[in-house]
Amino acid sequence: MIHVIAFYLFAVMTIASGAITILSRNPVHSVLWLILAFFNAAGLMILVGAEFIAMLLVIVYVGAVAVLFLFVVMMLDIDFAELRAGFVKYFPFGTLVALVLLAEMVLGIGAYKAGAIQLGTPDGTAATPAGTTNIEAIGGLLYSRYLFLFEAAGIILLVAMIGAIVLTHRQRGDTRGQKVSKQIARRPEEATFNVKPEVGKGVQL
Amino acid sequence: MIGVEHYVVVSSILFVLGVLGIFLNRKNVIVLLMAIELILLAVNLNLVAFSAFLGDLTGQIFAMFVLTVAAGEAAVGLAILVIYFRGRGSIAVDDVNRMKG
Repeated sequence: MIHVIAFYLFAVMTIASGAITILSRNPVHSVLWLILAFFNAAGLMILVGAEFIAMLLVIVYVGAVAVLFLFVVMMLDIDFAELRAGFVKYFPFGTLVALVLLAEMVLGIGAYKAGAIQLGTPDGTAATPAGTTNIEAIGGLLYSRYLFLFEAAGIILLVAMIGAIVLTHRQRGDTRGQKVSKQIARRPEEATFNVKPEVGKGVQL
Repeated sequence: MIGVEHYVVVSSILFVLGVLGIFLNRKNVIVLLMAIELILLAVNLNLVAFSAFLGDLTGQIFAMFVLTVAAGEAAVGLAILVIYFRGRGSIAVDDVNRMKG
């Protein structure tokens, strides 16, 4: 019973916050509702026993992506009222397309429920072994069967990171940067010298 | 009892909301990117639900890769947005074709 209540709570919250995300006037509010949607989706995932993906969702999305969104929204000085100009114009057509899409999907699920299609049977190679937790089982798979894919994911993240840095990095003319090669090339002999000035005379530098 | 159909319905509603978001916020790239994130979240929910009800972890591992790609896409997309704003002073996508060299 509590399972059913939790499912409906998380599902309704996910959908409602997703809707407010796309309808909100202020993009900052959009980001915050998106975070709520992710939290509730993580709750839904926990309900079916996928704790690892749920925690990943919270850490990666709420901790990194949503904060990045928030940072960009707040950093850029944008007139958001102007950007909403076409909102009313596209609303009827967009809603129509969305409803048709949803009707098709739900129809498909209804056909599935009628017994026409059945869930396949997995071959058991990726099943959770008895007595292990979800995280343990995923770790075992990720570092054995899917090792190369895991490394490919790492390379994708590396490329994305380098891409973001290269895109946003800029050389500014009005700052005096550090010249590392010049610093390294400097030797004690040419940087310091010893003088013995006579009494009453200064040093010519 | 909650079956896989319930999860599929929730994720299809989320997916449709993402598509609607792309339609409604045609000019605002930031909300556009957020709508894409919603779509990817729907896909992830679908993958995880099927994986859990099948008793096969492959779906959850695939969801992790979708998450990776989503994070990379958000980072590069927002970086492009930042340099676009720096050059033009606005993020209206109507005149994005000016990005052609």
